[in-house]
Amino acid sequence: MKGRQRGGAGMRLRGLVRKEFLQIVRDPSSIAIAFLLPIFLLVLFGYGVSLDADHVPLALVAEEPSVDTADFFASLEGSHYFAPRRMASMPAAEQALREGRVNGIVHLRADFAERLRRPDGAPIQVIVNGVDANTARLTLGYVQGAWGNWLARRAAAAGQEFATPVDLQPRVWFNSELKSRNYLVPGLVAIIMTLIGALLTALVMAREWERGTMEALLVTPASMTEVLLGKLIAYFVLGTGGMLLTVALAVFLFGVPLRGSFWLLWGCASLFLLGALGMGLTISTLARNQFVAGQVAILATFLPAFLLSGFIFDIDSMPAIVQAITHVIVARYFVAIVQTLFLAGDVWSVIVPNALAMLLLAAIFLGITWRRSRKRLE
Amino acid sequence: MWNRVIALIGKEFLALFKDPKSRVVLIVPPMIQLLVFGYAATFDLNHLPYALYDEDRGAAARELAAAFDGSPSFQRVATLTAQDQIAPLVDARRAMVVIHIGPRFGAELLAGRAAPLQAIVDGRNSNTALTALNYVRSVVDRYNLDWLAAHGQASPPARLETLAWFNPNLESRWFFIPGIIGMITLVITMLVTALSVAREREQGTFDQLLVTPLRPGEILLGKALPGFLIGVVEASVILLIATLWFRVPLLGSVLALYTGLALFLLSAVGAGLLISSLAATQQQGLLGAFLFMVPAVILSGFATPIANMPPAVQAITLIDPLRYFLVILRKVFLEGAGFEVLAPQLWPMAVIGVVSLGLASWLFRHRLY
Repeated sequence: MKGRQRGGAGMRLRGLVRKEFLQIVRDPSSIAIAFLLPIFLLVLFGYGVSLDADHVPLALVAEEPSVDTADFFASLEGSHYFAPRRMASMPAAEQALREGRVNGIVHLRADFAERLRRPDGAPIQVIVNGVDANTARLTLGYVQGAWGNWLARRAAAAGQEFATPVDLQPRVWFNSELKSRNYLVPGLVAIIMTLIGALLTALVMAREWERGTMEALLVTPASMTEVLLGKLIAYFVLGTGGMLLTVALAVFLFGVPLRGSFWLLWGCASLFLLGALGMGLTISTLARNQFVAGQVAILATFLPAFLLSGFIFDIDSMPAIVQAITHVIVARYFVAIVQTLFLAGDVWSVIVPNALAMLLLAAIFLGITWRRSRKRLE
Repeated sequence: MWNRVIALIGKEFLALFKDPKSRVVLIVPPMIQLLVFGYAATFDLNHLPYALYDEDRGAAARELAAAFDGSPSFQRVATLTAQDQIAPLVDARRAMVVIHIGPRFGAELLAGRAAPLQAIVDGRNSNTALTALNYVRSVVDRYNLDWLAAHGQASPPARLETLAWFNPNLESRWFFIPGIIGMITLVITMLVTALSVAREREQGTFDQLLVTPLRPGEILLGKALPGFLIGVVEASVILLIATLWFRVPLLGSVLALYTGLALFLLSAVGAGLLISSLAATQQQGLLGAFLFMVPAVILSGFATPIANMPPAVQAITLIDPLRYFLVILRKVFLEGAGFEVLAPQLWPMAVIGVVSLGLASWLFRHRLY
């Protein structure tokens, strides 16, 4: 498609690529985008972002402390999931919950010890702050786990066999410790590369038009295709450097296992980079002035890639219309690929369809850029 | 003085709205984004694809399978007949959960022993996996209670009664939509401010502005007010969408919410103008906008709670204005908070705003090249 006039124009193309590189070196902000931005973002997020709630502050209230209440609380206090503190009364605990000093309350009523020995059993009241529904649900899950252990321990102490009818045995594949960093860091590789790709190119076409240097380029023998190709090659090389750096950081600094093949990752990342650069060039060509191109880049890259790519929010749970919209987000395909390549390995049934989709989107974006740039000549 | 400032504001609005592309970009996408993101941002799973591998096929196993099929959270995508069908299905992400009922499941149950039930979960997204596992656990728990009741066995000596304050159904959308309001407001402010001084510097018109009788403070006011006004108007519209369309309950004081909004806009406009006045070209301004915006969003506690971050990173979040605004939004919306609870969130934003605006105004004069 693009290689139409490549044959005899090797020298012109080399000159154009050289020009782009000179421009990159003169305004070092491009180099900062390719190399500083990934380091900065990955270190910040790699250390900063975690969904694993640890040491959840919890208030423990026993209206009438006894051996039984102490026994139950000990099962919560022994868990690293909680940072429990005992409180004397419910009003104090409710106040703490309202002020956000604790995330939840475990409340044992005065008749806890007595009802424990009755056939219908004793209620244990658990109140959580539901504003952050995800943390609330995790907290409830942890309390439930501690409760189950306590029941089993109690039954064993009484010499009975603990008989929950169905004993659930979860097996988590690919990420057995359920560390959120193991899936967030590969996802971040995709988000960061979206930003690199679009930021590098979002202004370059618009800048040439705005400063009038595009007309200067067009009176040279170089064709528009060559001008575009020159830009694409230069920024592709720069973006590949950023990509390698990001992957190296993910593997060596954060210890995320890379179970798939590195070369396959490189290949998919190159396809993705073409798509991201293509999106930047499209924005740049359509906007034609840097100010609008910059605005569109801010709007169209970060938040969509962050929210609609499956990086944190599960795409299958979104309504059908929103799912349809996610198909135009290049990052969506790459997030699926990197999460699989890092954690599961070379699963072709995931990689092939997503890679094809990225190829298609890259072709569309570059096609739009090429067509719209050509029209401007007339 | 005011005549000059008003003239400058008029010029800024003209620069923003004269270009039809710019006009569309500023108005349409933020509204669409709230609608799309509002639906996208949820940790609640529905129609979770699951596969059943039932080696028992007895009555008890069928009952358990029916419990999964009857739950709105699960949707059966495959029924397996052999162990080696599990891996390809999970690898290809076609099933999130595989429920494996062993051949002796019913027999163990009837004998009064614990019957093992294996649940295989795709852990590539650990948060989805945890949520899915919780859903599986709640189906199994309900099945257990029914079984005990039906077979006249003693129930456990203690049971949990759970209750969630402020969000009884634990709808994560109620948590995320106020967060999205904050993020979109930040993005709009960045759109208006981050490139504005950089553009004038690149085109050389900023030097012209500096030789007019306008003082740096007046230039600052002229540059800051449009961003502030556009921010207030657009934030109001998205607040309306959040309450009327998404029906997120707005329980607290609207006045407190707008005080928070005003201070947040002050700090965000300050950050945007600071970036813009540091940049010599629009390319640098754009880079700066991202270098501020991306960490500001990720470290704000939007999706990942600040309490889960290591202490050093928690300290960094203290200079993130969005962090404070998100707390205000969520507390006012869901907890019905008023001024008394919000004071600790309000003054840091005021400090960030004043410092960044002051620096930006100083840079107007002292960064000339």
